[in-house]
Amino acid sequence: MRLFWRMALGSVRDLAPVLVVILFFQAVVLDRPIAELAVLAQGAVLVVVGLTLFVYGLELALFPVGDALAYALAEHGSFVWLVAFAFLLGFGTAVAEPALTAVATEAAKVAAVAGSIADSPVSRARYALGLRLVVGLSVGVALILGVTRIVLGWSLPKLVVGGYVLVMAITLIAPPEIIGIAYDSGAVTTSVITVPLVTALGIGLASSLSGRNPLTDGFGMIALILLIPMIFVMLYGTLLAWL
Amino acid sequence: MALTLELLRMLGETSLSVLPIAAFMLFFHRVVLHRQFAQPAQLAIGFLFMLAGLGVFLLGLEQALFPVGRLMVDQLVAFTTLRLPKEAAHWWDYRLIFAFAFCLAFGAAIAEPALLAVARRVDDLSGGAIGASGLRVAAALGVGLGVTVGCMRIAAGVPLLWCVGAAYAVIIAQTAFAPRVITSMAYDIGGVTTSAITVPVVTALGLGLAQQVPGRSELYDGFGVLVLAATYPVITVLGYAQITAFLERRTLRRRSQTPQDQHS
Repeated sequence: MRLFWRMALGSVRDLAPVLVVILFFQAVVLDRPIAELAVLAQGAVLVVVGLTLFVYGLELALFPVGDALAYALAEHGSFVWLVAFAFLLGFGTAVAEPALTAVATEAAKVAAVAGSIADSPVSRARYALGLRLVVGLSVGVALILGVTRIVLGWSLPKLVVGGYVLVMAITLIAPPEIIGIAYDSGAVTTSVITVPLVTALGIGLASSLSGRNPLTDGFGMIALILLIPMIFVMLYGTLLAWL
Repeated sequence: MALTLELLRMLGETSLSVLPIAAFMLFFHRVVLHRQFAQPAQLAIGFLFMLAGLGVFLLGLEQALFPVGRLMVDQLVAFTTLRLPKEAAHWWDYRLIFAFAFCLAFGAAIAEPALLAVARRVDDLSGGAIGASGLRVAAALGVGLGVTVGCMRIAAGVPLLWCVGAAYAVIIAQTAFAPRVITSMAYDIGGVTTSAITVPVVTALGLGLAQQVPGRSELYDGFGVLVLAATYPVITVLGYAQITAFLERRTLRRRSQTPQDQHS
């Protein structure tokens, strides 16, 4: 129960700076009462309660199992199982990530209003799901790359700089309506589930291999998750534009 | 009643979201590693909490955080264009929104617990040379800067590729000179500072601004604030590490020079 209250405090603390800045601008700069206060208050309560329950559930179920699996596979698992685990972990966490779900839904709304897709609930849901699956796939690939990098000792700066060049190159051929969404997709995914589990995998792996420093080699997974979805979502958009 | 129905719909959707990760973790635990679960009841309760929490949270995002982001932009734009016609607005006339965006992003990033955890680890790793509080401020400044530039870009109509490309060029140049221990962590920092609450608010900010500024479209211009919020912290954190390394070298050089000066 103490854990629960700590999670509750954490969600309030997450929301607090956002609320403070909004209320400050509303009261001091704009000098007027906030519109639709009741709906907003209800929504804020839902956000805090929902995030608290979700993170509490993560701490009870997913994080202990995920941590144990990451360490066990890093120490005893074969490379093939490790790669399979990394891919499924990336895909699973990205698809379950609430921020990605919310932004994909919003992107579908925007695309429908702009006439890029048909404005019906079905086509919107399909667009949002397609986006989430492509991001899930690319986060899986990013983790395969990250795990392979740690095991083989590849240089992260070279991978990242190569990724930057690839992003720039694909931007030139990608249809303009997908670029903004594609660029944001990496940053959207690195959130409440993905970051802790992926960090656990990276540190577990780096500390189980001899000659690797967990503090330097354990980092770098998140960087790849920021990068690879940009490339994949742009390719997905290019493919959709062709079909 | 409407809220109950919405909640039920959300619960159905979230079950599908959580299903893949739950299924594959169970598979690996039982089939690959042949292990028993120590506390199956706790596991089941945890997954139920996750499902319920995810549904309620997403509903709250839809009802509060997305609308409030757009509402704030609408109000700030209305406040700005009160005295001048909307079509005549120069990009700098939207500076109130830039200030709002900076405060929001900086405040959320500096309070982010995940950033604090990483900063502490780096502090330990560097033996205190790269301080935790300095790193947090550097990262939060980067996030604030990124969101502000993202909003300026939308107001001024600068292509996203230029802003991101310029940042990438700076990062590549910095990588060549920054201390090696810090680079991997710095690349990660952008992903650590974007939480589940800031992502929707910042997205709504960009979309709202693109809707309000004449000549911009939400689909083509509204996205892209977040990518800058994740990229600019890499620059500020690498910069912070470079500055501390430079200062350290200078102090060492001075110390080693002082006795020699006395001899001569």
